[in-house]
Amino acid sequence: MPNLYTILTILLFPLVSFLLLGLTSRRIPKNLAGLFATAMMLISTGASLMVAFNYFTLAPATGHAGNFETIFRFPWLVFNEKLSIDVCIVIDPLTIMMLVVVTFVSAMVHIFSLSYMKGEERFTTYFAFLGLFTFSMLGLVLAGNLFQIYICWELVGVSSFLLIGYYFTKPSAIAAAKKAFIVTRFADLGFLIGILVLSYYGESLDIATLLQRLGNSSDGRFQSASAASFLGLSALAWGLLLVFVGGAGKSAMFPLHIWLPDAMEGPTPVSALIHAATMVVAGVFLVARLFGMFILLPDVMSVITFIGLFSASFAAVIACTQTDIKRILAYSTMSQIGYMMFSLGISNSGDHYLGYTASLFHLFTHAFFKSLLFLGAGAVIHLVHSNEVEKMGGLRKHLPLVHLSFLIACLAIAGVFPLAGFYSKEEILLAAFSANRFVFGVALLTAGLTAFYMFRLYFLIFWGKPADITPHHHGSWLMSIPLLLLTGCTIVVGWLPFGSHISWGGITHHSTINWLFSAAPLGISAFGIAIAYIKYARPSDRTSSSDSAQNWLYRAAFKKFYIDELYLWITHSILTPLVARPFAWFDRNIVDGLIHVVADGVASCYYLFRKMQSGKLQDYLLYFMGGIAAWMIFFFYLWK
Amino acid sequence: MNLLQFLAVPLVTCLLIAGTPRAVYNRMFALVGTAVQLFLVIYLIRQFIAARIQQPAEVYFLQQFEWFPTWGIQFQIGVDGISLSMMLLTALVVLAGVLVSWNQEKMSREFFFLLVFLSLGAYGFFMSRDIFTLFFFLELAVLPKFLLIGIWGSGRKEYSAMKLALMLMAGSALVFIGLAAIYQQAHSFDLAILSRHAFPVSFQYLFFPFLFLGFGFFAALFPFHTWVPDGHASAPTAASMFLAGVSMKLGGYGCLRVASFLMPEAAQYYGPAIIALSAIAIFYGAFVTLMQTDLKYMNAYSSVSHCGFVMLGIGIFNVTSVNGAVLQMISHGLMTALFFAAIGMIYERTHTRQVNELGGLLKNMPIISTVFILAGLCSLGLPGMSGFVAEMTVFTGAWQNTSGWIRLATILSCASIVVTAVYILRAAGKAVMGPLAAGWQNLKDAAWQEQLAAGLLLVGIFVMGLAPFLLQYLTGNEADGLVRSASSQLINK
Repeated sequence: MPNLYTILTILLFPLVSFLLLGLTSRRIPKNLAGLFATAMMLISTGASLMVAFNYFTLAPATGHAGNFETIFRFPWLVFNEKLSIDVCIVIDPLTIMMLVVVTFVSAMVHIFSLSYMKGEERFTTYFAFLGLFTFSMLGLVLAGNLFQIYICWELVGVSSFLLIGYYFTKPSAIAAAKKAFIVTRFADLGFLIGILVLSYYGESLDIATLLQRLGNSSDGRFQSASAASFLGLSALAWGLLLVFVGGAGKSAMFPLHIWLPDAMEGPTPVSALIHAATMVVAGVFLVARLFGMFILLPDVMSVITFIGLFSASFAAVIACTQTDIKRILAYSTMSQIGYMMFSLGISNSGDHYLGYTASLFHLFTHAFFKSLLFLGAGAVIHLVHSNEVEKMGGLRKHLPLVHLSFLIACLAIAGVFPLAGFYSKEEILLAAFSANRFVFGVALLTAGLTAFYMFRLYFLIFWGKPADITPHHHGSWLMSIPLLLLTGCTIVVGWLPFGSHISWGGITHHSTINWLFSAAPLGISAFGIAIAYIKYARPSDRTSSSDSAQNWLYRAAFKKFYIDELYLWITHSILTPLVARPFAWFDRNIVDGLIHVVADGVASCYYLFRKMQSGKLQDYLLYFMGGIAAWMIFFFYLWK
Repeated sequence: MNLLQFLAVPLVTCLLIAGTPRAVYNRMFALVGTAVQLFLVIYLIRQFIAARIQQPAEVYFLQQFEWFPTWGIQFQIGVDGISLSMMLLTALVVLAGVLVSWNQEKMSREFFFLLVFLSLGAYGFFMSRDIFTLFFFLELAVLPKFLLIGIWGSGRKEYSAMKLALMLMAGSALVFIGLAAIYQQAHSFDLAILSRHAFPVSFQYLFFPFLFLGFGFFAALFPFHTWVPDGHASAPTAASMFLAGVSMKLGGYGCLRVASFLMPEAAQYYGPAIIALSAIAIFYGAFVTLMQTDLKYMNAYSSVSHCGFVMLGIGIFNVTSVNGAVLQMISHGLMTALFFAAIGMIYERTHTRQVNELGGLLKNMPIISTVFILAGLCSLGLPGMSGFVAEMTVFTGAWQNTSGWIRLATILSCASIVVTAVYILRAAGKAVMGPLAAGWQNLKDAAWQEQLAAGLLLVGIFVMGLAPFLLQYLTGNEADGLVRSASSQLINK
């Protein structure tokens, strides 16, 4: 069992970095600030590697995923006897794996940024925000309370907002930051209501307790939650679906994916950390965390499967048409997270939850090669000063190291043996094959598309006609270290015995390669690479991409299937003119108007009475006689 | 501890301000007086906690004086956790208000006099244990607002001052009818006696609406909220801060302490109606805010939406939701005061509050802009700040009610957090981020007193947001006791 103080070191050092740099942002020298933040992050990374090593090797099989050890608990906000937000630190293999991913990638990004962000005016603030993000993300993976996850969930959202909007004078960056925050906020609304539903039936907010109660079909609470139904689904299914909506928003699943490509407006190392390796997989993490509840509801599982599968192939198609290097990578991220999602969705007891292990294995390997791709893209952008692949070409001579690492990462994501991506994708496909042949078929095709668009990108950047670039600084050695380390990881992490440590239900999986089965994914990847080579590798073919622009499918994919336009239409043509504006009008004219009517009514009364006080004796006499007449009529005729 | 000093300190401060001929001293007296009051309140909280540990009671440091013996009216003050936290809020907001008005030039003596006098009314209100005393202080806190807006305001200030005063007076009139009826029924104004008096159900059904809606005027309950946008938009900064930060809380506090507490059956009976009105205020208020282009109108409508959470919590009336309502009163008080302070600082420098005319202020006013963004983040319920704690407590409390319609109202209220994010980010994205708009190159950042004011409120916001258990320790038992004693009355019948 890991030491509490070691875990606190991992968690709090990034926070210290945030607080110190945030409070003294103007007063300390920039270099010192960067070095301090990086040092804090390296200590945190070292501690988490140590914890992981001890946890997985020295004391093997301390527990499978979902078997929590709570090493810290503090009641933070007590709602009533049953429900309270406890700040917990919870350890299970999944948590340890995520700790390694988050701290390691964050440390790499810190080192890379030292050189990449050099000369920026708000250099210190940048590192402060990175610290805030890392802290929040670590808090998320260590959380043992559903509301605690929600708290960290919002905090990673706001750090993402701050970092996407880092270039705050650029309107497109602000628009992207707002979009990211609002779209994920909308999804978080689902998460919040999901928490309320689950906690109401589970009578607790503690995840372990909830899993015991609602993840156990013989428990009375599970039965009452399944019996209560609303619009044809059980209350439990609603709760979990709503929680999944939150996860889908953060993980950029269709149709809540629209923020991710725009989020590329942030500095590239930020995209590597937040929008490739860590925050965007929070949705997968959330489903994996609550897997014990999801697994009991086949309907919800199939929703997850098909949302994931559709996102995977949908994003892959779009990625084939884009021309912005970071957007291609963003769609690729979405596609790979789709793999992780549907792999969780098809996981069942039939194959001992192989999909669960495969999904998290892919999450793990993807973090390394995708952040490597982003950092490589950062180095390229640093040199070319543009995101457009049309402006690149032949860069392998300018950036040999970047070229090599990018190639390895592309091979890994395409699933080529023996790189990390091969192993994890293989496992996903194997799980899909035994669970659902349709899912397997689509996933296999998507794997081919992945190989194609990644190598399209690779050839467009590094091969073909050399772009005319004035060779100036190639970035310092500081940028090379993370690239080298991540390249190393991309090669070796696939060889780790992942399945024997992280699995559901206490069953271990030993990865053995079935070459007969592997032939199909390897073959289709090779096919994709070959097409990309034929179309894009040679200098003369550079313009050929415009030929296919005539095709309607290509145009639709290039326009991202008009999903953004659909949302714009809903907000600008429905919500604003049909809800917000009428409400505002109603408030000023009807509600306030009624108040005015009352006021005017009172006013007209006093006008009436004021007129009576005319000062003329005749008038008073008239009222007097009129009054007497009225009384007389009353007494003589009406009074009986 | 003698509670009279909490009335004496503001009163003496007022007299000193009124007595000094030189403008420089007014603000010094105001600052010292309000600072002393803040320290006294903090000291009182310490004493209170010690006293509570020693001997738990319903009311602490109670003081009674015969006032109009023929009618059994007493001047009665005492505190409990809820009133203490409201007093702390008042002390913080008034001190911050004095600091941001530091450079008040026009009739500064009268200005500071009225501001401190307002706080006197609020302290008295929160300490009252006799509903006549309570009504007295409620009235005391209306008139100075009329003058503050009418004299030092901007825009259509006469109209707004008149509207605010008349609408709040209408609210007071309704409250008075309710109080008179209660007296007629129970022959007492003493809260302790009244809370044990069993009012007949028909009586409750008839007079609860008077009390609740009367206080509802103050708390900006839909549809009696229209004084809020005009009043705030015209008021000077410190008055806006006090108005939204403290005055609107008088209503919520009154609804809780008088209406729902004394007439629990009627509170239960009218619960769905209250919940419906609050959900409308929250959801509809958020959408109306979306259409505002003036920063003050935006924050005023956002206050309508956020105060809806207070009324929602009171309408649901279980332990969690009432606790949430109290938390939301304090959270919203701090947050909205901070927001108005930031808007005031921007307005003082640029002389505009139109979002479209501002832009990129973060570039040359980093401190004010950061304060603005932080206030916005608190408003949209970012964890770690007070708004999140309060809203989540209200939501969790509301969800415990199983009625389908109330669930729907809760979902609509939850949905407002998305709309809030939209309008906050839109304003922040335009006004403080983005390219620097023309004409705003040479603006000065916050001066020391403005930084101090914002710092005070931010400390409150962060302490509450990071360590909600502290405030809960102060108020939790009381909210608990309030609901329990009211519901025990229900069960006994």
